[in-house]
Amino acid sequence: MSAPLLDAHLLVDRGGFRLDVPLCVAAGEVVALLGPNGAGKTTALRALAGLLPLTDGHLALGGVDLDRPSRRAWTPTERRGVGVVFQDYLLFPHLSALENVAFGPRRHGADRRAARRSAHDWLARVGMAEHADRRPRQLSGGQAQRVALARALAVEPALLLLDEPLAALDARTRLDTRAELHRHLAAYPGATLLVTHDPLDALVLADRLVVVEEGRVVQEGDAATVTARPRTDYVARLVGLNLHRGHADGHLVRVADGLTLTVADRLDGDAFVAFRPSAVALHPARPEGSPRNTWAATVAGVQRHGDNLRVRLDGPIGVAADVTPPAAAQLRLAPGQPVWAAVKAAETHAYPAG
Amino acid sequence: MTRTHGVRARRRGAGVPVALLLPAALGLVFLVLPLVGLLARTPWATLPERLAAPGVLTALRLSLLTATLATLLCLLLGVPLAWLLARVEFPGRRLVRALVTVPLVLPPVVGGVALLLVFGRRGLLGGWLDATFGITLPFTTAGVVLAEAFVAMPFLVIAVEGALRGTDGRYEEAAATLGAGRWTTFTHVTLPLVAPGLAAGAVLCWARALGEFGATITFAGNYPGRTQTMPLAVYLALETDVQAAVVLSLVLLTVSVAILAGLRDRWITSP
Repeated sequence: MSAPLLDAHLLVDRGGFRLDVPLCVAAGEVVALLGPNGAGKTTALRALAGLLPLTDGHLALGGVDLDRPSRRAWTPTERRGVGVVFQDYLLFPHLSALENVAFGPRRHGADRRAARRSAHDWLARVGMAEHADRRPRQLSGGQAQRVALARALAVEPALLLLDEPLAALDARTRLDTRAELHRHLAAYPGATLLVTHDPLDALVLADRLVVVEEGRVVQEGDAATVTARPRTDYVARLVGLNLHRGHADGHLVRVADGLTLTVADRLDGDAFVAFRPSAVALHPARPEGSPRNTWAATVAGVQRHGDNLRVRLDGPIGVAADVTPPAAAQLRLAPGQPVWAAVKAAETHAYPAG
Repeated sequence: MTRTHGVRARRRGAGVPVALLLPAALGLVFLVLPLVGLLARTPWATLPERLAAPGVLTALRLSLLTATLATLLCLLLGVPLAWLLARVEFPGRRLVRALVTVPLVLPPVVGGVALLLVFGRRGLLGGWLDATFGITLPFTTAGVVLAEAFVAMPFLVIAVEGALRGTDGRYEEAAATLGAGRWTTFTHVTLPLVAPGLAAGAVLCWARALGEFGATITFAGNYPGRTQTMPLAVYLALETDVQAAVVLSLVLLTVSVAILAGLRDRWITSP
């Protein structure tokens, strides 16, 4: 395997917050840095762009150290070859779309005419050729996003950083723009790092997910692995799964005091058990017969979830359960109401936590 | 419909306490009355020939020239200073900001004396300038420019620093990611972004320089054609020919009002 284009170990100490994220991205690869607000995603992006120095660790692009405090290596932002699409785009308000895109090539030594020609090509590529003369304030959110992408790509950076590229768009525009962004990223030969808190953006756009929480990587892998086997509550919530950690002994996983779940998989030691909210059945009294995994719980809250209702349950484990409105009516679900929860072993998924 | 509207309007008018309304009205009269007096006493009949008198045009030309040069000097030195104060963290920044505003509160006459002590023939720098380059500043047109710039520069620095603080510094970061160094970023991104604030600051600075009196007369004296600007001419005329003073004042007032009108959109209507 060839060396990754971006090879970094980002270590940043900032007044009580510590970012510690190893990160490698190959040429042509799209990696999503996914995490809740305050996880350190933006800090990582600023460190990569050279807007924030590393405290320790290293950052190399194409084998060249851009930031390595131990060797006093430091390349300022303007000489890094790192393109950034900012969350609110930051298109220069005093320049037209064309001039915004031509700004980078001009700074990289292209003469005026060459820079404008290149800017025109890039605008055409993102479908904005006919809006070349517009000022940023005359552009819609989706249009501004495309100009920002063209501006970042026009300097042909080795590394492209996208900071929540779709967050500022309304739902409809986001759908179209996401598909289009996917197309452009597929054609882009460099390494791409996408910073987002939206799991859908990450799943659609990225080849690989790196999940950060509180400045640390908590899970890493392709979309299928991360969604099937979440390792933290945050990831489990993102993909809509109940996730519990316990101790496995064969088909039995002890997830809480007094509650042992029977699972389909067979394993030993520390383990995660995951199951869908729709796999949780609710009963007014202790169910007899079939499901072996039953426990007494209390309704903590009920809210709409698509066509169903999502019920949050307190008990030995906190669980989300999806029920149909008729079922909810029959159970007379209200906060504080005691119910019995049941999950079939066949609908659980257990995997090692080690 | 109209009726309820009228009632509501009356009620709102009645809500203003007399204790505030009365001084407010007095304040307005106090500000406007002298201008009315000036207009009332203007010798309109002889105005054209008085305006054409040789001294008036000379003083006006000198005033416009020195105020413009002083503004250019302020732009040259004040904009980088404002940028430094707004964008660079350095020890003693608060002290520097306080020092910049000193000429704002300093009586201009004191400023003139201070300038003499530095740039005068026997001043800290004046003697050296004279001996080395043969440059004499006091009692010259250059001295007028210097005195006006000294008094007017804080207006520019404060306006531009405020404009810089009001713009999103992340535009400069975006420029850096596109390959722009700090100087290119300053000229191609920062300056265009603060252009409105810069223009307002420059006009304010120019107006202050145009009206400068104390520092000018102390540092540059009152030589017609060389250092006698409009305010100095007004003061001198008042001793000999009141009507001439009125005419000169009217000219200055007209110029000031023209500036105010030009700035209306940016300053006067802003809340």
